[in-house]
Parts: sequence; structure tokens; C-alpha cells
Amino acid sequence: MSGETRIVTGRAYRAGKAQTWLAQNPLIALVIVFIALFLVTGAVQPNFLSVNGVRNTLLQAAPLGILAAAQTVLMLTGGIDLSVTMIATGAAYVAANQSPNGAGVAILAGVLVGLLIGSINGVGVAVFRVNPLIMTLAMSGILLGLFTAWTQTVLAGSTQVAPFIKLLGGGAWMGSVPYSVLVWGGVALVVIWLLRRSGWGRLIYAIGDNEIAVRLAGVRVWQVRLSAYMLSGVLAAIAGILLGGRTGAVDLQLAGAFLLPSVAAAVIGGTSIFGGVGGYTGTILGALILSVLNSLLTFLNVGQAIQQMVYGAIVLALAWGYASLTRRS
Amino acid sequence: MSEPNVLLATQGVAKSYGPVIALRSVDMTVRSGEIHALLGANGAGKSTLVKILAGVQSADAGVVAVDGRAVHFRTPADAIDAGIATVFQDPALIPDLSVAQNLRLSRIDMAHFREWLAWFDLAQLDLGAMVRELPLETLRIVDLARAVARNPHVLLLDELTAALTADQAERVFALLREWKGQGKAAVLITHRLAEVMHICDQATILRDGRNVAELATAEVTEHQLVEAMLGASIAPTGNAEHSRAERRFGEVALEVRSLSARHFVHDVSFAVRAGEILGLVALEGQGQDRLFDLLSGNRQPTAGEILVGGQPRHFSSPYDAVRQGVVLVPGDRLIALLPNQSVQHNLATPLFGKLTSWWRIPRDERPRVNRAVEQLSIDTRAASQVRRLSGGNQQKVVLGRWLVSGFRTLLCFDPTRGIDIQTKREIYSLLRELAAQGAAIVLYTSELAEIGLVCDRVLIMHGGRIVDEQDAARATESSLLTAAHGLEAPA
Repeated sequence: MSGETRIVTGRAYRAGKAQTWLAQNPLIALVIVFIALFLVTGAVQPNFLSVNGVRNTLLQAAPLGILAAAQTVLMLTGGIDLSVTMIATGAAYVAANQSPNGAGVAILAGVLVGLLIGSINGVGVAVFRVNPLIMTLAMSGILLGLFTAWTQTVLAGSTQVAPFIKLLGGGAWMGSVPYSVLVWGGVALVVIWLLRRSGWGRLIYAIGDNEIAVRLAGVRVWQVRLSAYMLSGVLAAIAGILLGGRTGAVDLQLAGAFLLPSVAAAVIGGTSIFGGVGGYTGTILGALILSVLNSLLTFLNVGQAIQQMVYGAIVLALAWGYASLTRRS
Repeated sequence: MSEPNVLLATQGVAKSYGPVIALRSVDMTVRSGEIHALLGANGAGKSTLVKILAGVQSADAGVVAVDGRAVHFRTPADAIDAGIATVFQDPALIPDLSVAQNLRLSRIDMAHFREWLAWFDLAQLDLGAMVRELPLETLRIVDLARAVARNPHVLLLDELTAALTADQAERVFALLREWKGQGKAAVLITHRLAEVMHICDQATILRDGRNVAELATAEVTEHQLVEAMLGASIAPTGNAEHSRAERRFGEVALEVRSLSARHFVHDVSFAVRAGEILGLVALEGQGQDRLFDLLSGNRQPTAGEILVGGQPRHFSSPYDAVRQGVVLVPGDRLIALLPNQSVQHNLATPLFGKLTSWWRIPRDERPRVNRAVEQLSIDTRAASQVRRLSGGNQQKVVLGRWLVSGFRTLLCFDPTRGIDIQTKREIYSLLRELAAQGAAIVLYTSELAEIGLVCDRVLIMHGGRIVDEQDAARATESSLLTAAHGLEAPA
């Protein structure tokens, strides 16, 4: 210290008005980032600035957004689910396998697969108190092994999905609004309602903030956690079925690429991986931003390696930007 | 600031957290050879000022000067280098490292540190012991010895004595006397006015983020200090005798028979009736923590039973206890708060305990919460995040959770520790009001004066057993302390 004699004059730090406003409304900042990225992409590829461009963005974002909904709910509790993409793949596989019995049966079977795996994750984390990272990572590995084996045996039948699922995943209502986006919209309404307006939503935030306080308040915390992982499984299954519908046929790599983006979308949208802070609205914007970014990198026509690096760097910059914007408020 | 013997001075120091103004303008002067008390009700800005002086946070405006030179601390290390060492309210030690490893992190002279440990009779302390396994009072001494071993000019001690035994506190005072004899200085933040009168020379009093008075303790009474803190004459405490006489107790709300927890609680039996406030007094570490854990369902007894409304009940978790109307205000308020959630969400948490309440948020949530906020007069200026509230307001939120949900038996573990006089009084009158409305209350307190003010009857615990029961109106500090030490009352 000895040599240091700086005089403190007035306010050391005076935030600009706009910056303060943005810090209090960080979602606006995300909207601005989204619009800017959208326009840049349009500048690179003029065709992108069209109804078609918007539709493709939404079509890409829908499964990601649903997977990220699962991630958001769990991250709010201080957890995470690294098995969402394997659950999605498994659900799509089972749905394809059941497709000869009709789309209704196929979808139901797929969703039940998600519910079952989510329940196992939930029991592991909530009852046996396995660390969520370990539990879901291990589950992901086990599922990959199981499905690899089962594609030769019990799931050896159809890998084509029923026409209705195809319509759901890839078709569009009145030729312009993709059905998968409508499904996403429904999921979003339910998730946002649950998080904001239900007692369950309160508990999701609360256990992420301080589990002991919730326990002392007379809540059985394990029930909340278990239900969150069950919901995560169901959401992952829905995303998987939509993805299966989009491609028309399923394989074990169906959803693999979505794992890290599903976490990134939630983080970019302002949900803390430590729990208690965030929400699904931000995640929706995160998913949209990542989808546009994907298109932009595709249009730029640079090599795969460059694409990956730029993608990673931008995700890092966005997450950092959000955190440093809101920290001061 | 040109006085030659001024070691530490602030001028016009101000700090805001978002919309909440913590410090408006503080001028304080600490001279060499002086023990300086920093006093004020909770929320007056004491903790913020300490953080600024310790380099944890930087001021928005104003000047901090050390030895007459203006300084700007960007990190705690800057403050230490400038000769200011701080002992914070919570020990600044890493729980998963040993004491020695913690010390290595802070680059201090070990020989010097050991000398100071010896001062506190802790020379035999195993420095290889994990910090998490040491009791709080030992950690505070370790923290203090570390600060002193840095040989600073100014020591900042934030509520240091709160966790210490009387004997250890006396040694701290002896240290401080020697300290000032060497021409150094110390700033003491405390709620114990007896300490201020006993050890401090000067007192700076903060109210609403300003220094409102600097007093020489030799020239004032405790009463005058309190008046300066509150900013008005104190209202009389209210006639406890009177309200107690009017009270009629109802049925037995909570009863325990031969309750035991291995090593901690032995054969404890008592009953508390609706409308009654049952006090519990014990020295530190006599099993009172564990007893409260058993009563609140946080842990299970090894023997004995708990009866609610005459029926034996098994509490396998706090959920069971809460469903039976037995609710806990724990000793550490931080474990019962959701730091990033709003006051409203904190208060409403117990409403969602049952599975059937997971769906819709009940319509009457807001009126219930508002009623609790009003009843407790919680300061809602920083209501969007509970972590921004002052300690007293946080404690009110912890209590308020149960006002929102309703309860029959309230277990309060030292609810007034470390909070200001004003809030303490509010909590006393709230407890009496709740009892008058038919609640049964079990109150453990480390402040013996509270027994006479609040309780009807008092149990004394020693070595895990209930060793005595006294009528609270007749109990004196000396009768309670005698029993708490496991001694028979003199015949």
C-alpha cells in the first residue's frame, strides 16, 4: 500500500442511465442481441430476411428450446440433466418403434420413456443424494449402451416415425407456422406458468436458493427435486419426438448435438447454474440466439473447425456479458 | 485530519446498494491509544462502514485516511497493507482446510500467531485440525490472533465477543488494553453496551447512515448511548408483570418425556401450554442446539417421546413437525432464508409444504404476507432480495414465515442474537402477543435479561439435562447463572 495515495473523489463508478436500465431489464438486452444477430445473418445471406428465414430459425430453435426448458427448471434447483439428449433419442426410438401401432400410442410410449428415465434420475438425485452431474452423466452412458444393444433386439423394428409425428416435427400449420413451434409455444406457456404462478414453481426457485430453509419451512425437498427430474424427462422426450418427426427416421445420434447448447441457452438467458436465479423467458431468447448463430455460421461458409470455435467464443461472450451486466444491479 | 495522532479517519463516506442507501455520510476519527466503539441500531450502516474500512467494498463518495493520508482500498489486501486488520462477524477461514493451511494462505508470522494463541490459553490447539471441526468460539480466537499477528495499527472487531465465553471476552479486553498502551487503536462493533462502558474510550454512533454523535464513554451512561442510537427517548419496556398476571394457560401444546439424544441430550421432560412462554437457559454447548433439533424434527431422538396435544408423534423430518404445528426459528437466521428471493416469497414458503398446495398459489397469499409484514414492521425498501436486508429485518422475515402459515408451538432459538435494541423489543412484544393469542412458545436465549422480560417459566439445562426450573418473574441473572453452571442455589 505504502506508495499508494489515491484520493477518492466523488463517485468512483457512475453507471450510464442506459446501462442501469438494461441491467434491470436484461431480457431487453437479449432481444437486442437477437435482433442484431438476425440482421447480421440477413446481411450475409439476404434470403434469410424472409418469412422462410424466420420459420427456419424457429424450426431449429423448437427442440433446443424444449430441451433447454428441462435444463432451466433443473438449473433453478441447483441441478442439471446431462442425459436429456439420450432421453430424447431413446424416446424418439421408442416412438418410431411403436409407430406401426399409430401415432397416439407412439407418442405416449415415447413420453412414458422420458417419464421413467426422469424418475430414475430423480430418485437418484433426490432420495439417494447422488450429485446431479454424476447421476445424469452416468445415466446418459447407460442409456447409450442400452439403446445400442436394444436396436438389435427389442427395438429392432421400425425406425421410421408415423406420418402424424412427421407432420408434428417438420410440417407447418397453414403452410407457414411449424407445428413444432406450436408445441414449443405450448410447452413454454406451461413452464412459465408453473415457474411463476404455481406453488411448485416457488419451491423450484427456493430449493435452488437455500435447500435447508425450504426443509425447515416444512417442505419435503426430495419430492420437489424428484418432480423436477420427472418433468425434465418428459420435456426431453417431447423434444426427441419432434426431432424424430423432423428427420423422419431415428438413429442414436439424433439429439446428441443439442446437449451443450441446451445448457448454454439457459445460461445465456440468465439462469444461474447455482440455482435460485433465472427463468424460462430468458432461455427462450437464448435458444433463439443460438439458432440464429448456427445459421449465420453455416452461411459464412467457413470450415467446421472455425465454426465450432466461433460458436464457443460467442457463447462465452454472451454468458459473460449477461453476468457482468446484471451483477451491478 | 491534520491532528498528528489520528490513525484512521473517514470524511463524508457514502455507499448505496442499488436503491438502498446504506451510508449517507460518515465522519469518524480514531486516534492512537484509543478503543473506539462503533454503535448503532441494525441497518444504521455499521457493517457497511466496516466493509469499506476493510477494503471489501469501495465507497461511492468520501475520503478514508490512514495516518493523515487519503487512501483507496481496492482489495482487502490493500487495507491490511495499510495497517488495518479486521475480524469479521463470521470467521474468515476456509472450512475445508486446516488452521495451518488457512494461515499459510494469509502469509502471517507463525511464531507471532502462536504467541497470541497462548494469550488465549489455546497454545495446545492442533493447527492441523480442520476448521470445520472447531467450535465457533475457537475460530473467532484464531481469526483474532491472525489479525493481531499482522501487527496492524488499527484493529476492526465486528461483534467479536458475541460467540465468546465471559472468560475469553475478558482476555480480549486485556489484549485491547495492552494494544492501546502501545499507541495503537481498535474499533469495536458490539451490541453489548456493558462492554462499551467497560473497555471503550470513545463511541461513534451511527443512525440512518450518518454519524449522529461522538461521545466519551466516561462521560455518559448506557441509557444515553441507547437514546443516541434510537434517536429518541426509549419507551419503557412495558409492564411484563402485568401482562403475565392476566395470562391464562390452555391445554398442553407440546410435551416431551425422557427425551434423549446420544451424548447430547439426556432424559429431558417438560411440557409447555398454549399461551405460555417457556424459557430455556444454558451455557454454550449444553445440548440446547440438539434439543431444538429433536423438537423441530431436524434430528431423531435415541429415546423418549414427543407428544403434541397429548398424542405421541414421531417427527421424521421438519415436515412432520410443521404439520403438527411445531415450528422452528433457528439460531442461525441465514439457514432459514432464501437470500435471492423477495420478502414476499420468503414469507410464503411454508404455504407450499403439502403436495396439494403445489398447484395454484392461494388467493390470500398476498394479504397474509402483507399482514405479517405489517405486524412485524419489516422494512421493505430492499424487499426484492432478502440478502440486502439488515440482520434485524432478516430475523423478522424468519419469524414472519410462521405468522403467514400459522402454528401452535413456536420454537425460538436465540432470536435476538446480534440484532439491535429496537428490533429486540419488537420481537419481545411480538412473542408476548402471540402467546396472548394462544401460542405456546419455547424460547432459548443467551441473554439472561430476556427471561424476566418475556418468559413465564424457565428451564435451565446443563450437560444435556434439565437441572432446574424457576419462575421467570423471580429468577435473577445470578440465580440463572448459578443453575446454568450446574450449581445448587445457595441455601
